Amino acid sequence: MMADSLPPLSREESKELGKRRRGRNIAMLIALVAVSALFYAISMVKMSAHIGGAG
Amino acid sequence: MQAHSDAIAMTDAGGDTLSPLVGSMLTPADMSTARDWLMMLKPRVVLLVVYSGLAGLLVAPGHINPVIAFAAMLCIALGAGASGAINMWYDRDIDAVMKRTAKRPIPSGRIAPDDALGYGVFLAVASVIMMGLATNWFAAMLLAGSIFYYVVIYTMWLKRRTPQNIVIGGAAGAFPPLIGWAAVTGSLSVMPWILFGMIFMWTPPHFWSLSLWAHEDYKRAGVPMLPVVAGAKETRRQVMLYTIAMVPFTLLPWYLGYSGPVYGVSAALLGVWFLFDAWRVYTDTQDAIGISLTNDKPAKACFKYSILYLFALFGAVYIDWAVR
Repeated sequence: MMADSLPPLSREESKELGKRRRGRNIAMLIALVAVSALFYAISMVKMSAHIGGAG
Repeated sequence: MQAHSDAIAMTDAGGDTLSPLVGSMLTPADMSTARDWLMMLKPRVVLLVVYSGLAGLLVAPGHINPVIAFAAMLCIALGAGASGAINMWYDRDIDAVMKRTAKRPIPSGRIAPDDALGYGVFLAVASVIMMGLATNWFAAMLLAGSIFYYVVIYTMWLKRRTPQNIVIGGAAGAFPPLIGWAAVTGSLSVMPWILFGMIFMWTPPHFWSLSLWAHEDYKRAGVPMLPVVAGAKETRRQVMLYTIAMVPFTLLPWYLGYSGPVYGVSAALLGVWFLFDAWRVYTDTQDAIGISLTNDKPAKACFKYSILYLFALFGAVYIDWAVR
């Protein structure tokens, strides 16, 4: 209700918001992929160390 | 909030249609960019932290798998960044009145304080757990200790209470070589403590050179930096004294046989230059109470050199380690 009485965002402002959100999403995606890859690599190193130690 | 986001999505997809969003409904989280979140981690400080942490990791005896070493450095970086984010959350009131910090994401309204706190705490906890899992829990404990020291001891306790804030708080920035060393060995010995001491003793002349010309900012914010409390003259004297104490200390790795002549000669030459810069700060043309009549040119030069000095000093540690 209250929103009706407030001025809407202009097209440029809306576009800018979308751009910023996309930027944040891409950064989050990169971070998640990088962390997953790192955890995978750490697991491989740890497991191969254990296998090496057992052998 | 969900409806809000959906509205943006509809506009994105629809192309020409105007967004039903209203300006006053926007939250800081909507306005922030990925860069703002990165800046919350104080990337320049993180760079220095990683650089000094790597020295501890490299010179430590023993072998560490490169993947584990990378993970350890990432944890040190994340831990330092998390400390920076929590520091920005706590100091948002004084950041807003200081010229140097007024454009940070919280005072400029692009990131909400609660979001910043959550971000910092999450990264702090994640970095400590990841350090423990990837390397060992002693290194993780040191990392947790460094975050606690910076956030609680320095930021919350000392910074606003004593002009010795950065002397004691400087220890927070000196932790990385200890953590790097512990990540490899699971313990500590003399050398990492010397590296710790080098950063610890470097911090006061570095920071006080800055505060000599930025003291108006600190005064306005009510931070009891040395020039604000004891005056510029005393600050100049302290810059000189700490530099005199620091330079011989940096020769200890060579003197005790932990580093070779490459490091020894480099540390001596770099130290002589630092002493010269500190002397220029001490003898700067000044009025009766020590206020510079040269627009603090020597203090600015000393501050700039102090950054280069630390990079070069630890660079010498690397080079010496590589050629030995």
